[in-house]
Order: sequence, then structure tokens, then C-alpha cells
Amino acid sequence: MRRTIVSGVLALAALGLGTAAIAADEPELKEQHWHFKGPFGTYDRAAAQRGFQVYKEVCSACHSLSLLSYRNLEQLGLNEAQVKGIAAEFQVADIGDDGSAIERPARPSDRFKAPFPNELAAAAANGGKAPPDLSVIIKARSGGPDYVYSLLTGYVPYEQLKPEQIKEFNVQKDDNFNLYFPGHRIAMPPPLADGKVNYVDGTKNTLDQQVRDVVEFLAWASEPHLEDRNRTGIRVILFLLAFAGLIYGVKRQVWADQH
Amino acid sequence: MASQHGAPPVFNNRVVAWIDHRLPIFSYIEKEYHTFPTPKNFNYFWNFGAIATVMLVLMIVTGIVLAMNYQPNSELAFASVERIMRDVPSGWLMRYMHMTGASFFFAAVYIHIFRGLYYGSYKAPRELLWILGVVILLLMMATAFLGYVLPWGQMSFWGATVITNLFSAIPVVGDSVVTWLWGGFAVDNPTLNRFFALHYLLPFIIVAVVALHVVALHVHGSNNPLGIDPKGPQDTVPFHPYYTMKDGFGLTIFLIIYAGFVFFAPNWLGEPVNYVQANPLVTPNEIVPEWYLLPFYAILRSIPDKLGGVIAMFGSIAILFVLPWLDTSRVRSCTFRPIYKWFVFVLVIDVLVLGYCGAHPPEGGFVIASRLATIYYFFHFLVLLPILGKIERPLPLPPSIADAVLKKKAV
Amino acid sequence: MASSGSISAGAHGDPTRRDFLFVASGAMAAVGAIATAWPFINNLNPAADTLALSSVEVNVKPIAVGQAITVKWRGKPVFIRHRTPEEIKEAEDVKLSELPDPETDNARVTDTAKKVRPEWLIVVGVCTHLGCVPLGTKPGDPRGEYGGWFCPCHGSQYDTSGRIRKGPAPKNLAVPDYLFSSDSLVKIG
Repeated sequence: MRRTIVSGVLALAALGLGTAAIAADEPELKEQHWHFKGPFGTYDRAAAQRGFQVYKEVCSACHSLSLLSYRNLEQLGLNEAQVKGIAAEFQVADIGDDGSAIERPARPSDRFKAPFPNELAAAAANGGKAPPDLSVIIKARSGGPDYVYSLLTGYVPYEQLKPEQIKEFNVQKDDNFNLYFPGHRIAMPPPLADGKVNYVDGTKNTLDQQVRDVVEFLAWASEPHLEDRNRTGIRVILFLLAFAGLIYGVKRQVWADQH
Repeated sequence: MASQHGAPPVFNNRVVAWIDHRLPIFSYIEKEYHTFPTPKNFNYFWNFGAIATVMLVLMIVTGIVLAMNYQPNSELAFASVERIMRDVPSGWLMRYMHMTGASFFFAAVYIHIFRGLYYGSYKAPRELLWILGVVILLLMMATAFLGYVLPWGQMSFWGATVITNLFSAIPVVGDSVVTWLWGGFAVDNPTLNRFFALHYLLPFIIVAVVALHVVALHVHGSNNPLGIDPKGPQDTVPFHPYYTMKDGFGLTIFLIIYAGFVFFAPNWLGEPVNYVQANPLVTPNEIVPEWYLLPFYAILRSIPDKLGGVIAMFGSIAILFVLPWLDTSRVRSCTFRPIYKWFVFVLVIDVLVLGYCGAHPPEGGFVIASRLATIYYFFHFLVLLPILGKIERPLPLPPSIADAVLKKKAV
Repeated sequence: MASSGSISAGAHGDPTRRDFLFVASGAMAAVGAIATAWPFINNLNPAADTLALSSVEVNVKPIAVGQAITVKWRGKPVFIRHRTPEEIKEAEDVKLSELPDPETDNARVTDTAKKVRPEWLIVVGVCTHLGCVPLGTKPGDPRGEYGGWFCPCHGSQYDTSGRIRKGPAPKNLAVPDYLFSSDSLVKIG
């Protein structure tokens, strides 16, 4: 009987391995320590706010964040007035009292304004392929934050490529080569570099710092309830463990006359 | 068996007695879930029927509240799921419980099926009980597939496209059948709409079949690890409190693992590409179903012929319907089948290999492995099982359950 | 019937320890069931995007004296009336004893910052009888005997302060929370 149980567990473990082993033969990602990793993970608010600045000043020129509203920024620690101010920087389409199409300043309840009116326009302005929406990008890529980090820091200038890389991937002089992008030739030119964004809080604006910050922000955008989930999870599991102990005692008591 | 405890219960509460006299629901509960004589020698594998029932209820309840905010429209579906995750109170919890719940429901049911296979629970007089179980499995697969389409991500869309295209393998009418399934010329809004309607309907049909499964179970009572029938009260205990408490403990342990996934790795069993909204013009690099369908997917791909693959895949489940008549052994439990018991484990490994192959692109070694594993799968049921039952000499059966239990304690 | 009484039927051992186990696990199961029910119940509460639309800002500058407008707030009409001095006086002069739902006019034209603006009357345009929208906002609408609003469904009549004066409605038209951030901009809700 014990043997059958052990075999059952083994079978389950093998199943787990089977699923985990689905991974492409891409170069190994640069694994980073993230503040939000693990069962006690939380978002680093300051980093995420800086990351929002990076998104706003750089990424948002091409990438939408259509599932977020300006009001969501309050979760990052901005106050109501700041959020109102940020929203008011954008003009959004609406319908006026007389039924005509108008533009008005965005309100906190509005969705983030997209850089292009629709996907076709986005594709047309970007050489035929629309830049992906970033709302759930961290969950939509295998490797998650490590992949986005590796990608944004993974550009190799044409001059530094090895001849065999140029040959194997058919790289032209004005192509963008990225070590971590599947197929390596990526339409997006290197978006970030040292000193691209000036932080008001005095944080050094290295490439690495900006990328880490924007990944922190995008991770929050992808999974805004992570902290609540972790907190609830720990409580639920502690409760269930205690309950398991109790009900095991009950079960033993009940079966005492049979053993 | 159940009639041994034939005396109708007396209810002291007058309201209960009044109702029971007219509609004997309380007598039924008393008889089937309280005093019901149950073999006293169950191991923890016997928890999984109760666990699967709890998962079914959990899936229905979370599903109903999700449906209150979900929009079955190809323009709105993806964003409505994300709205549930972001804006709806506790929405993320409902969604992750439902998503992870599907995996855990299947895990519980697969362990339940393994238990049935190993201890011969499908053998006479429980053939119909087993067949109803296979019907439940088929309904679950259909429900899971339909549900996976609803978030309208890339894998939803392309999974739906690939699976519905299976029906195009039907000779002559195949293409018309596929157009009929889609309600259009491709997987699109009408498809999503009907999939949602059916995904909401099927779980209630599952509940109905589960009810029949339980009725059939209570005719002859449960099988047990020894596979011999109880011979009298000394072999059984009342279902409550003995097995309610044991099931409660097993369920709690199961829920701890489930909660671990829901709260700390909700997307681990899923595919990242399903967080990209469906795009009918771009196919993802790899189309893989959820883990619980991978072995069947591998069987489908292992046959180099379209119709052949579809037949093999459906055949791999259909074969389970006739399993009770393929097994020729005189004894039920593998405890007393020294040779066949090892082949049950080989079958488990075979299914795991199939699952592993199903998760990988059909290239090189995976093609050969999945073909061999497919052949072995059918070989097990069609050749090994009937022949082995005839030639294998079972170990001597103990005279009774009580006897075996006492002997074990003495050791 | 299926309670701890029958659990102990099959149980042995020290009764104190046994009872503690049964009571504690029963209590814990009950707590767990309630705690599990909560997210399901909470799930039906208004979502964050719905709540984000729970206040509207209205520019009242274009409303001339004597005019009224209707704005949509939380799915319901809100009437904003720029009252004439006569209307204000009429509303203030009514004796409370004459009112079915006694309330001073002053109390009905005070914003959440306690500032009184008698020229602006802001009320939810839903009749307190059975939920119809009373007439009287648009020019040319019947305004009833008391110069306020008239509900066409069952004939309730409201005065220039939106108070019920006649007919089946039991209460005055509700005054929502509102705040003037300047003389021309009011935030409702």
C-alpha cells in the first residue's frame, strides 16, 4: 500500500517535470533578484514610480498600456492630485454636450492614452508590426521579468557581432540585434541607454537602473494584486495547516476503536 | 448491502420528521452518507472521489461569479477577464481559483482513475459505475477545452482552431461540420459565444452524471484495496464519521497544495502566450494544450494520418468504456496480481511519456517516443490485459476484510 | 442529526481531549467556511472602475437664473437648478409644520464644506414614491402647484426646494453630497 502511494507521488512529480521542461533553446536569461519575487514579495514603490517615468518618457511613444487607468497610479503611492495632474497632461476623445466629437483633458478614471488610434495605425507607423501592448507583458513572456530585463539590456551593436552571428541570422547593418529576442533581429531599436531619463529622486540613471525600474513598474502593471495575493495566501495556508492538524486528531480519535 | 441497515431512522425533530414522511431526503442522507456500511480497509486513494466532488463544486461556484463579469464577445473577452483580475473585488482570486482549479480537478480525477485501475474497481458488478466515470471524464475534457477558449488569448484561439479542425477529418461532411461548429468561416465571435453557453451548461450535466455515478456506487458499495466483497458487519464501518473525517483530512491536505498554486504560482501551469490577446493572423510558435490533455494530444500527433490520429485519440478514451470486459482476471485488486500490478505502473509511465512528448514539438526523438508510447498504450489494453488475466496466477485471497486487517495489525 | 453526537459514537480516548478536538475543528471549519464565503460575496460589490465613476464634475456657469439642467450621476438623473430670488424666498418661507417630510431649505442647499449657496439647488431626480423621474427641469414642463417638480406617474408634487408637498411620495427629493470647488465648478458624489 505504501509502495502504491510513493509511486503515485512519483508519477505526479514526473508530470510536474514534464510541464516544467517546456522551454525553448534560447540563451539563458540574466536572472535578477526582484523585490516582488517569492511568497513575501512586494513592489518597490519608489522603483516602480521611476519605472513609470521611464515608461511615460520613453516606452509610451510606441507602446500602449491599455488595460491601466490613471487612477491605478494611486496604488504606486501617488496622491490624488498628482494622478489628476498626470491624467490632465493627455487629451482624450469624448462626445460633447451637443453630440459633437471633442477632446478633453483625461481624468483619473480614463484608461492610459494609447500612442496610436488603433492597431493598424500602430503597425503602419512602425514598419508593419504594431508594438505590443505592455499591460500584461511580464506575464505574457516566458521568463517574465528576467526576459524583459535581458531583452532591454541585450542589444549588441552591429560592429561587435561575431561574423558567424551575422551569417547565421542574416543581420544587415541597420538591423537591431538582440541576444534574447527569438530570431535575434528585433524591430525595436535599443530604447534605453545610460542617462536617457533624468530621475528627480537623485537615483543614478544608468541603463541597468532604468531597465530594472521599468520592469518593476511593468510587473506591477501585469499583476497589481500580487501583494494582496501573497498576504492572503500565507493566511490561508497557515489556517489550512492548523486545520489539517486538528482534523487529523479527530480522524485518529474516530478510528481509535478500529485500530 | 445497504439494506442490511434497513430500519428507517427515527427523527426527533418534528419538522424534520414531517418533511421526511413526505419527502424522505433526511432518510436518504442518513442511509447513504451516515450509516452506509463501507469497507473498513480504505487507503488514502479512496479520498479522491470526495476531493473531485469538492473541486467540481468549487469550479461551479467560482465559474458562476466569473460569468457575472465576463463578456463572451471577441472584442471584449480578453479585456473583461483582465478587468476581473484588476477591478472586480476579489476577482483575481476567483479567476485564479478557477484557472488552477481546473488543473487540480483533473489531477484528483486522474488519481481517482488510477485507483480504479489498480484495484480493479471497474470489474463486475461495477462496470456501469466505471462507464459513468468515463463519461464524466469526457465531459470534463470538453468543458475544460471550452473554458480555455474563453479568455480569448493566443493559445485560446489557436487551441480552439486546432481542436475544432479535428472534425474536418471526418470523411465527406468534415468541412461542413467544422463550419457548423464555428458558426462562421473561422473561430470567431459566434464560436466564442456558443463556447461560453456550452461551458456554462456542461458542468451541470457533469453534476447529473456524478449523481448517477454515486447512485451506481451505492448499489454494491465501494470496492476496497483487497478487492474482495465485505462479508458482514465486521468488515465495514459506517460512512460517517469514519470516512467523512478521513476524507476531510485528505481534502485539507489536497487544498493546501492547491492553495499553494493559487496564491504563489497561479500562472505556473499556464502558458504565457495566453496573456497575449487572440490574433487570427499570427500563430504562436508552439500550440500546446493544458497539461491534463497532453497525453491525448501526443497520441493525436503520433499517427501520421489526419483521420487516423483523430481516431486514435478518441479511441484511447473509448477503449476505457470496454475495459471491464478486456480484463479477464478473476481477482480485482492488483494487490493479488503479482505480474499485472507492474504493468499498471508501466502504463502510468507510458502515459507520462506521452504527456512529455505532447509538450514538445513533434520532431526527432519525440515522434518515435510518442509512436512507441501510443502503441504500448493500446497494446496494454487490447493484448496484455486479456492475456495476462488468463495466464497469471493470482495470490491467495484473504477470507475476509476483517481477517486481513487483523492479520496486518498482528505483524 | 449528523452532528458531534454521532461523531463521538465511534470515538474513544480521553473525553476532555476528544471534546476539545471536536469542538475546535468544528469551530475552525465554520470560521473557514465563512472566510471562504466572503470573497464570493464581496465579488458582487461595485468594481474599482465602477467606483471610479462615482463622482462627476459639472460646470454650472452656463446655467442662467431660473434655468435647470439634468446631469447623469451613478446612472441616475441629478437636477441642478439655478433658483430665482422668488423661488428661494418661497422655499424659505414655508412653515415646517406644513411639510410631510420637514426639512429647512437651508439644509438642502449646503455643500459638504458646510457652505450655503441658496441659488443652487441640487437634487437626485428620482421620485421617492416609486422611482420615476419628475417633470419640471425643462422649460415648458409642468412644475406642479408648488413650482418645483411634478411626477407624472402618480402625481407627486415637489416645491422649489425639492420637498414633497402633495401626492403619494413619502420623502423629499434626495440631496446628493456635493462640493463647490469654485463658484462655477461643482463635484457631485
